[in-house]
Amino acid sequence: MQIDRRLISHFDWTFLSLTLILALAGIVTIYSATYSITEGQSSGLASKQIYWLLMGMVALLACLAFDYHYLDRIAYPFYGTVLALLFLVLFIGTTGGGSQRWIHLGFFALQPSEPAKVAIVLVLAKYLQYDQPRGGYRLRDLWFPFVLVTPLTLLTLVQPDLGTAIILAVVFLSLLLIGGLRLQSFLCMAAAGLGFLPIAWRFLKPYQQNRILTFLNPDLDPLGAGYHVIQSKIAIGSGKLLGKGYFGGTQNQLDFLPAQHTDFVFSVFAEEWGFLGCVFLLALYFALMGVALRVAARAKDRFGSLLVLGMITIFFWQVVINAGMVTGVLPVVGIPLPLLSYGGSSLLSMMIAVGLMMNVNMRRFTF
Amino acid sequence: MLPVTFRTEVDPQFRRRTELLAAIAAAVFLLLIGRLFFLQIVQGDRFTYLSENNRIRLKKIPGTRGMVFDRRGQLLVDSRPSFDLLFVPEDAVDPEATLRSLARFLGQDEGELFSLLDQKKARIPFEEIVVGRDIDWRSVVTVETHQLDLPGVNLRIRPRRSYLLNHMAAHLLGYLGEIGPKQLTSLKQKGYGMGDEIGQFGLERRWEEFLRGRNGGQQVEVNALGQRVRVLHEVEDVPGNSVYLTLDRDLQETAGQAMQGKDGSLVALDVNSGAVLAMVSNPAFDPNSFARGITAEEWRGLMRDRLHPLNNRAVQGTYPPGSTFKIVLAIAALEEGVIQPETPLSCHGSMVFGNRVFRDWKKEGHGSVNLHKGVVQSCDVYFYQLGQRLGIDRIAKYARMLGLGARSGIALDDEKTGLIPDTEWKRKRFGQPWFPGETPSVAIGQGYVNVTPIQMANLIATVANGGTLYRPWFVRKVESLDGTLLQEYGPEKIRSIQLKESTLKYLRNSLSDVVNSGWGTGGRSRSNLVQIGGKTGTAQVAEMRGAYVKSEQLSYLIRDHAWFVAFAPVEKPEIAVAVLVEHGGHGGSAAAPLAKMVIEKYISLKNQPPEQQLTSKQGESHAN
Repeated sequence: MQIDRRLISHFDWTFLSLTLILALAGIVTIYSATYSITEGQSSGLASKQIYWLLMGMVALLACLAFDYHYLDRIAYPFYGTVLALLFLVLFIGTTGGGSQRWIHLGFFALQPSEPAKVAIVLVLAKYLQYDQPRGGYRLRDLWFPFVLVTPLTLLTLVQPDLGTAIILAVVFLSLLLIGGLRLQSFLCMAAAGLGFLPIAWRFLKPYQQNRILTFLNPDLDPLGAGYHVIQSKIAIGSGKLLGKGYFGGTQNQLDFLPAQHTDFVFSVFAEEWGFLGCVFLLALYFALMGVALRVAARAKDRFGSLLVLGMITIFFWQVVINAGMVTGVLPVVGIPLPLLSYGGSSLLSMMIAVGLMMNVNMRRFTF
Repeated sequence: MLPVTFRTEVDPQFRRRTELLAAIAAAVFLLLIGRLFFLQIVQGDRFTYLSENNRIRLKKIPGTRGMVFDRRGQLLVDSRPSFDLLFVPEDAVDPEATLRSLARFLGQDEGELFSLLDQKKARIPFEEIVVGRDIDWRSVVTVETHQLDLPGVNLRIRPRRSYLLNHMAAHLLGYLGEIGPKQLTSLKQKGYGMGDEIGQFGLERRWEEFLRGRNGGQQVEVNALGQRVRVLHEVEDVPGNSVYLTLDRDLQETAGQAMQGKDGSLVALDVNSGAVLAMVSNPAFDPNSFARGITAEEWRGLMRDRLHPLNNRAVQGTYPPGSTFKIVLAIAALEEGVIQPETPLSCHGSMVFGNRVFRDWKKEGHGSVNLHKGVVQSCDVYFYQLGQRLGIDRIAKYARMLGLGARSGIALDDEKTGLIPDTEWKRKRFGQPWFPGETPSVAIGQGYVNVTPIQMANLIATVANGGTLYRPWFVRKVESLDGTLLQEYGPEKIRSIQLKESTLKYLRNSLSDVVNSGWGTGGRSRSNLVQIGGKTGTAQVAEMRGAYVKSEQLSYLIRDHAWFVAFAPVEKPEIAVAVLVEHGGHGGSAAAPLAKMVIEKYISLKNQPPEQQLTSKQGESHAN
């Protein structure tokens, strides 16, 4: 496909810059988080993340190369592929940290629950792109999206990957609300969701149940399940206004923090850069979402707008739940911080999401 | 909020919802920032404190305790660094794997280490398990170098007290124990901390102030596994001071050997100063086992032992003095003039007083007995009559004058007073007058009379030195490690007793004949090296103990206590010895030979060839 000059003139450099700044901040923090003082060197994870970022850039540019309306056509095949992969991971997936999430593809391990987020946005944008019924959608109008989303969420939950399952559910719900859901329908869903909670509880592994219990009462087990949150709060709090400086975070360097380079990368960042650094980081995320919201507002059709809004909700919920859990206001459920946390599948998915949003932005004038 | 403008194609309801989404996002982000503000600004100091606390551990370096030397500068108690190997399973990712590598590094059997782990199943989480005590230097180096492969394994340095005489001087030197919770609250200001060792008994306890070392410490930065990353700050420990005793190591050893396998006590004093030259109490314990870290089982064993091995019998054991008490009677009689020494009294093997028959130890009697013969042959009937003539209060007066019935004042804990009865005591204790029929028993050191071995040693020393009662003492001086004299101790007179020269001369002559005449009761202590004077005693215990004793032990426990008190050389006395052998039988056969061994050792040490004296001198100058 040929790239129009008009398209290039609508390339949003701000969007890309914000994305790259966040990803680079992530790499810098991962370097510190995986540095071993006893060995005097960092593990190779930061450089691995650089490769992922480069691959992510390629994916992002590839996402610009086609008209996003093409996604309307491939939404269901894409969904089908992801669903198949999620099935596959149950049988041939590799286990890590007590759950079976990855499929080894030789050069890298794919985590199908990450593209599942994108898949949900695609199928919902496709389904909801037509003008909503008067007074909003009723539940009976939405049986098909439910049928699509339920297997994805359940398959993720049984891995078990509680965090991603929660993200899938909240993104689905958010998009329905944005798409136009009746209030009474929403209340019905909320009630059904609450009813489903005890069933979901059974899918959880004991360690996940413990995390939720200790969230409700952190003193239950200060050296066990509550340990992560306590150490994370100590790391963040001891950063004070200006932080301890790069490599100065003792909580991180001395390994008091768990999962420093993945789910708790924000704690490492907060310890090193303090309150001001945190505010700056959150401002970057907010700016990114603001730019994206403007794209959604200016999109030339409902499909594009829903696509972008869907991606925004992924970002939004991941940032909020991750920051909430490391600061001890939400239970530890294992959600990476978009663009910052170490992880190939996560970074790649986020770069694709950014690419798709930029795609919508570039093509708002084309017909 | 962002200006969101929609193109006309898009439903206005849809647009409103998008604006709402932006507003919600902004609000949630503000909440997050609020949370961060709370954690980082409001509670920042608290969390900073917690993070410091997380990573900085204080590692105590116990100050080495001072050394203890004998009177000639020979080492008695030493402290050397030792390493204990500790393991905290919670710090290890895989405790069994760690133990396996530990076993491989140390060349030990892994099963043994695993069994240690099993034994401690019911422990408190994060409590250290001691997997090796006082491990050798090679193991220390191995563990240090492989620290990274051994998560949860740590070394603890600990000065280990080493008592070179083992159990032989246990009661005088005492032992150490971990500081108790009660002690800790009262001693916290003096710089004691949890887990510190403190003298709990004997010298270790009374000279704690001088002996203790000041703890040093390291501020160590540790990681989440508790492994040392670097040392931030260090305070040097200060070793304790050296204590020099009046005790003689060789003499103590001889005394210990003499008392081997016997229960009782032996005390040797310097006649002219009251300094303790040797002190034995049996059964004993090994203070090294306390230094090693006594197990609860061992401790229970010591506490439950019916023979009370932790008691220092020299000062805490009270016994009827038996015939050794006749020395008191003889002095009292001569001083009070109740009898002319040469006046003979007759002994038919028993004496009737009131409605009671008092027997002599010799059934057929001693015939015509004067004071000299009474002492030499220990004629009971003669002393029954002396007792009658003196009366209980005069006997008590002289006994007390000579240090009986009161604490000797030696710097050892829980000394017993013993008991010297008189009419006032009887009235107070029982509300009854003293019956004259009770006096004969007292006259031969039975009845209510109870004394400690150190009192008897002090008594014979006082007789030997001509009437000066000293407070027994055993610490000569305290020096700091660089040789500065911190404290010096010397003889301390309790009182000078004015005794007639004739009394002393007569008595010493009699006591010499007890040993040397050939017909005295103490012939078994006659020595070719030196002229010894002394008095035997055989104290009955049957009536008092019989009721409490199990039948199978009855035969041992109803046997008499054997006493012997002695001094030497008779001409110019230097050393006084009191020996008590519990249930040893006759003083002349069971106790007298032991006193002889100690006295002969004392004389031979004094007459050491010059070059040997030189080495011991060198020892002293080295110690200085």
